[in-house]
Amino acid sequence: MKDQKSHLLKALEKGIRYDGRGLTNFRPIILEKDVSKSAEGSCSVKIGNTEVIVGVKMGVETPYPDTPDSGNLMVNTELRPLSNPEFEPGPPGEKAIELARVIDRGIREAKAIDVKKLCVTKGEKVWSVIIDICSINDEGNLLDASGLGALIALKQTVFPKYEEGILYYEEKTKTHLPIIREPLPVTVYKIGKYFLVDPLSEEEKLADSRLTVAITKDNVLCALQKGGKEPLSIDDIDKMVKIAMKKATELRKII
Amino acid sequence: MVYKKRFDNRDWEELRPMEAKVGVVPRADGSALFKIGKTVAIAAVYGPRDLHPKFLQNPSSGILRCDYNMLPFSGHGERVRPGGSRRSKEISMVMENSLLPVLDLKDYPNTVIDVFVDLPQTDAGTRCAAITAASMALADAGLHMKDLVSAVAVGKVGDKIVADLTYDEESYEEGCTDIPVAILPNSGQITLLQMDGEVSPEDLNNALQLAKKVCKQIYELQKKALKEQYKQ
Amino acid sequence: MIEKNTAKEKLYVQDRSIVVPGELLAEGMGFIPSKGIYRDGELIRAERLGMISVDKNVIKLIPLSGRYIPKVNDRVIGKVIDVLLSGWKLDINSAYNAVLTLKDASSEFIAKGENLTKYYDLEDFVVTKITKVTSQKLVDITMIGPGLMTLRGGRIITVNPFKVPRIIGKEGSMVTLIKQKTGCNIVVGQNGWVWINGEPECEVKAVQAIRMVEKQAHLQGLTEIIKVFLEAK
Repeated sequence: MKDQKSHLLKALEKGIRYDGRGLTNFRPIILEKDVSKSAEGSCSVKIGNTEVIVGVKMGVETPYPDTPDSGNLMVNTELRPLSNPEFEPGPPGEKAIELARVIDRGIREAKAIDVKKLCVTKGEKVWSVIIDICSINDEGNLLDASGLGALIALKQTVFPKYEEGILYYEEKTKTHLPIIREPLPVTVYKIGKYFLVDPLSEEEKLADSRLTVAITKDNVLCALQKGGKEPLSIDDIDKMVKIAMKKATELRKII
Repeated sequence: MVYKKRFDNRDWEELRPMEAKVGVVPRADGSALFKIGKTVAIAAVYGPRDLHPKFLQNPSSGILRCDYNMLPFSGHGERVRPGGSRRSKEISMVMENSLLPVLDLKDYPNTVIDVFVDLPQTDAGTRCAAITAASMALADAGLHMKDLVSAVAVGKVGDKIVADLTYDEESYEEGCTDIPVAILPNSGQITLLQMDGEVSPEDLNNALQLAKKVCKQIYELQKKALKEQYKQ
Repeated sequence: MIEKNTAKEKLYVQDRSIVVPGELLAEGMGFIPSKGIYRDGELIRAERLGMISVDKNVIKLIPLSGRYIPKVNDRVIGKVIDVLLSGWKLDINSAYNAVLTLKDASSEFIAKGENLTKYYDLEDFVVTKITKVTSQKLVDITMIGPGLMTLRGGRIITVNPFKVPRIIGKEGSMVTLIKQKTGCNIVVGQNGWVWINGEPECEVKAVQAIRMVEKQAHLQGLTEIIKVFLEAK
């Protein structure tokens, strides 16, 4: 590991990644909308070879007692065993749970969805929005692919028909989910003294630490998650946030 | 009882539009996508690889393990809870039985060949699409196989024998019989046979003949997709 | 009544055709099927995905994909994943791990009970040779022999093991070309692991060239294509 890391550091010192990219360049991104007709909103996101499919399902449920007039939001990640030989079938592990919670926090804390508009009958019935993120091929940076996918899928989402207490999933309305802010997470990795984005699997493994920064369209930070074993200085965090903000603006252009 | 015209205007023996592609999961040892109508199956193969726990190992041959999984947003109506159900367990098992007869795994003692099939979108015929995609992925993974496996659902809707049922047809209120079939294209042998509904022995025979006939189209598409990636 | 049909000999594929498992290749007892091809009565069929090569009445199938299966005398790259009581366990990019015993580890004498990590430590990559594969795929390897050594520095990429012959080229011509034009040190293991060590930008070029060979291995005139690529600025 030490050997491999020092070799990677030599390349990073020259500003070159293993695939020839610069340190803060993303791989090519390909988006495809509406990949699942059975979902109320869906998309596939490819960053290089990495691919996730995100689908949004809506339902009508009883609200939580402390938010009787707000809709329910849930984010779930399925690190599918087809996407990486290291992923196993079974209940989500800590990696999947962390990923889901980071994306969830970005959407929830940015108040991306106008949850009050999801109220059907106060205290009795509200809409639920469930975002399922499924990895199809993992060659690094599932985090950002998932965040991008979640936002695009949400923007695609339309309400199914709901009349007199019955949901008609096969009949979709033209009403879109009320999205008022658009949080986008960007993860910056630190390896040695270098910062980089959109890591390959081997870079992910050799990274000392990472910082996921969810940013709204008007450049407000709405969620953070530090990961990895090594600590970060305030100066590091400053730099990482700046890189994330710059990258978020770039990513928005392709949505 | 009379089913006059198919809901989607197809001929009785006509399959829905299909698409097949190989290499869709670059990380896997083999992979394939198969689309028939609105049913989409993505299959990835990993293996032969080390098998744990050890007591599952077979010292005289590799074993095949299938995992069929509908993604949570892929079903009609409500979200499908992730984590597997009795239905997905059974389908995984019948998939193994339908694919094993063509595989020769004796060169890989103590190992496992894992086949994972995920479905992002479904409209009936999912187990058949899963088997069709899995067989392509296994071939793409370079495994020794006597033949490919092609699968399709046939059945009886009202009074008509039809090929490739949709969800609407499966829920035809005047009665529907669904018969998923997997066939080895070269020998015509059947490796998956299930049935939901009622049928006379004559109609069953007619339905199976129809399955054999239309599976040829699926087989040709599988072949084409596998060769396509090596086109000069 | 037995009908004799001796003249029924037919070849259904051409040289260099890509075939899928089960595909009919030929008919008649005059053809000789080799590895990866099976007889189904009078018929001859492919047993795996591959490219056909026909030499008179011998039909061969060149596999195009699949995981590495250990073979004796293969020179492979291994990664030390465990240190045992009297040897090391190595990952050789296969379903089966290899074992390096003390007597095969070094030409010098290693006493029992010595600290073995002095010789090969966890995570070390080595160039090694397979000396034995049992029916149950227990794999023995050796470090004694020309070119067998620990790899220091550099990085490992994984390629399709069935494309390795093409990456190496006739008498090593392809890999030599890539080494010369990029100035990188390259070791290609039969198991699909390739070690590359050089200047970062040169490594990138070398990896791109190797990926090109891997993707277009079935094309003719590949050396020229790669040469043009490597010489382009």
